[in-house]
Amino acid sequence: MNKGIAITGMGIISSIGNTVEENLNALQSETPGISRLEILKSRLHDSIMVGEIKKTNATLIEELGLPKINNFSRTAMVSAIAAKEALQDAGISDINQHTTGFISGTSVGGMDTTEKYYLEYQETAENHRYIEALHAGFTTECVTKYLGIKGYVSTISTACSSAANAIMLGARLIIAGKLDRVVVGGTDALSKFTINGFNTLMILSDEVCRPFDDNRKGLNLGEAAAYLVLESDALVAKEDKKVLGRVVGWANANDAYHQTASSSEGEGAYRAMNKALKVADLSPSQIEYINAHGTATSNNDLSEGTAMKRIFGTENMPVFSSTKAFTGHTLAAAGAVEAVYSVLGLQEQTVFPNLNFKTKMSEFDMKPQTEIVSKEMQTVLSNSFGFGGNCSTLIFSR
Amino acid sequence: MAELQLELKEKIIEQLSLEDVEVSEIGDNDPLFGDGLGLDSIDALELIVMLEKDYGIKLKDPKEGKLIFESIGVMAAYIEKNRTK
Amino acid sequence: MKGCYINGISNISAQPTTVSTTFLEEIVGHKEVIIRAFDPDYKTFIKPAAMRRMSKSVKMGVVASKMALEAADIVMPDAIITGTGMGCRQDSERFLENVLHNDEQFLTPTLFIQSTHNTVGGQIALGLGCKGYNVTYVQGAVSFETSVIDAQLLLTESPEQHILVGAIDEIAKNSTKLDILNGQLKQGECDWLTILSSGTSGTICSEGATFMVLGAEQSNKSLAQIKAVTTINDATLDESKTAIETFIAAQGIVPDDIDAVIFGNNGDQDFDDYFHNLQTSIFKNTEQLCYKHLIGEYHTASAFAFWIGCEVFKHNTIPEVLKVNEVKAKQYNKILLYNQYRSRNHSIVLLERC
Repeated sequence: MNKGIAITGMGIISSIGNTVEENLNALQSETPGISRLEILKSRLHDSIMVGEIKKTNATLIEELGLPKINNFSRTAMVSAIAAKEALQDAGISDINQHTTGFISGTSVGGMDTTEKYYLEYQETAENHRYIEALHAGFTTECVTKYLGIKGYVSTISTACSSAANAIMLGARLIIAGKLDRVVVGGTDALSKFTINGFNTLMILSDEVCRPFDDNRKGLNLGEAAAYLVLESDALVAKEDKKVLGRVVGWANANDAYHQTASSSEGEGAYRAMNKALKVADLSPSQIEYINAHGTATSNNDLSEGTAMKRIFGTENMPVFSSTKAFTGHTLAAAGAVEAVYSVLGLQEQTVFPNLNFKTKMSEFDMKPQTEIVSKEMQTVLSNSFGFGGNCSTLIFSR
Repeated sequence: MAELQLELKEKIIEQLSLEDVEVSEIGDNDPLFGDGLGLDSIDALELIVMLEKDYGIKLKDPKEGKLIFESIGVMAAYIEKNRTK
Repeated sequence: MKGCYINGISNISAQPTTVSTTFLEEIVGHKEVIIRAFDPDYKTFIKPAAMRRMSKSVKMGVVASKMALEAADIVMPDAIITGTGMGCRQDSERFLENVLHNDEQFLTPTLFIQSTHNTVGGQIALGLGCKGYNVTYVQGAVSFETSVIDAQLLLTESPEQHILVGAIDEIAKNSTKLDILNGQLKQGECDWLTILSSGTSGTICSEGATFMVLGAEQSNKSLAQIKAVTTINDATLDESKTAIETFIAAQGIVPDDIDAVIFGNNGDQDFDDYFHNLQTSIFKNTEQLCYKHLIGEYHTASAFAFWIGCEVFKHNTIPEVLKVNEVKAKQYNKILLYNQYRSRNHSIVLLERC
């Protein structure tokens, strides 16, 4: 196995908890965070279930200590909370003691503020400071400034695989010697824009989602932010850092099949998993758990399942589960949320369950792990797929 | 019925940006998807919204659309039977 | 020698760069603050059936990518990396307005699925059947340069690859105008060709697409070598100057070794000091070029400077319209690009003749 890159800190805020510890507790006690919309006002509040962070923007502003007049979107605020926790977890107090990069994935950035003020911009100048939030990279810049990061900064926007691609880029930049330390992950807040967008595709479930179930009805959208701190081995050795886990494999491939749907043979997913295994220098049999993308749409679970079958074979399929039934599909943050869960799984030697599963899919003989279980494991594979045929796989080790 | 069929053809051309297609080129029984007009799953979702917006018919499951949008003829008959506006 | 070579480049901009074979001999002067790009005949590149849902940025991206691949004589790239500030801004804006105006009712999916920032990259992959690496960067004025940095990494990891790297940004009907409200754009009409000495705040805006095919090996198609690229998120005047000096020194050269510098001045008196500060100091005796008075400002406008660099190497001359000082270089072997937008997202690039 490739030695990979050290993970020295993690931070997360999602509908199942405001910290890594709270998320772990919810996973271990099998407490999902799926509910009706309470914070975001939308016409769809009675027809969909979501993974909403039950904190108002005013609360988030207060917790971050932001001035009352600020230009942070909700997406930026949850990002700042999770990134801050990751840095604290990594024991970093002086962020610029070593040049630190920041790579964040987001799909629609500050759309939550844009949709609130868009119609009034022409009439009143009161909220003009939010106009720039139309640009997704602005979200990243708000957080960069808040954290005082001075190094390389970039934003990746490849829909629902954004954070996975951010983690991959961070690892590659460290390997190439371009960075010693980088905060990587992603953020997305719920917005009317995305909720209605997914609703037009008719893939939102009006019940709690049921990944890999034959009777799955679609996904629950969620909101979250999660970040990892990656550091070079030289820096880890120099500062005698604790290492939480390692990113050992990564890949991105394209399905090149349809703008939003996945191919029936899961070609992009197959290629991403296959290549990530090569980068990690692992054989499929060495993967001990798969944290699947498993959105619970008819199309994704069939396509992903088919790709998994192609890689591992039905007989040798590793234990797998989707944690989307806990958090909902957190879009651009999903890859980082599930990276945190993968590392927690490795640390705790625990497989977190695929909630709400009842019936095996008719297309193949595969059943996800439905109860929490202790398991000795060294390597975990995590998938994240997005619109535009974007397929990413990350592999983590203990 | 013929009037509704013409209306549907015009709407489909307009809504789905089929700039190069003339109303006369769409036969009442031609398949709309696949080999016929070549519409795809995104177009089907567009048509579902059209049913709701213009004819007050709400489909719950996108799979229902497959049968209803087989051809202009089938679609018109379904609308005649189920329209609320 | 292994490196990062531009083996094909194309450009769609507010100048007729796709139809002209000359190097900016035909120039269009603009007056309005927001100007659309000069459209190539998209129909000669894209089948009508494929085009029916494409917004301007997808059309520009698909056509520019085809032109760059053709120039590099590459049928299938191994990876596609795109940079965009605002992505498919037109479709995003229309979907947003539909959500707000119709109180979340009667919405259709087409606009939404094309609103994601990686739509152009995804559509190019779909059109080509390209199943390789495909990532999109959205980082203000360095959206394109961060894409190039990723391509450099890919070429180090697997030197046999050919990588399609592109920049796309489009204007949208209503939301682009919001940049006038917050002072990013100038008020009222202005003469683009004299904008660099406007003496007023804000800039002018357009749209465009630039695509390049990059490879690790020099070939007979190679137009330039990208020696180094760096980005800085935020810098003061002094910090940016120091960063450029450090960048040049890291290449083992001195400022006088640079034959020409292409600056990103956009006529905003509040921020052009970042360029003036260098134009009057370290590069006082170096030939200086500007281009945003021709193509306007947008998040990926700086990709145009890569195109200019390649054209200068090819034609060995610099059109008058680009020159902003009296210095004339003896030859053009090393060209430096520097850009920033409103004090943020600085990029420094060194191009070298092959």
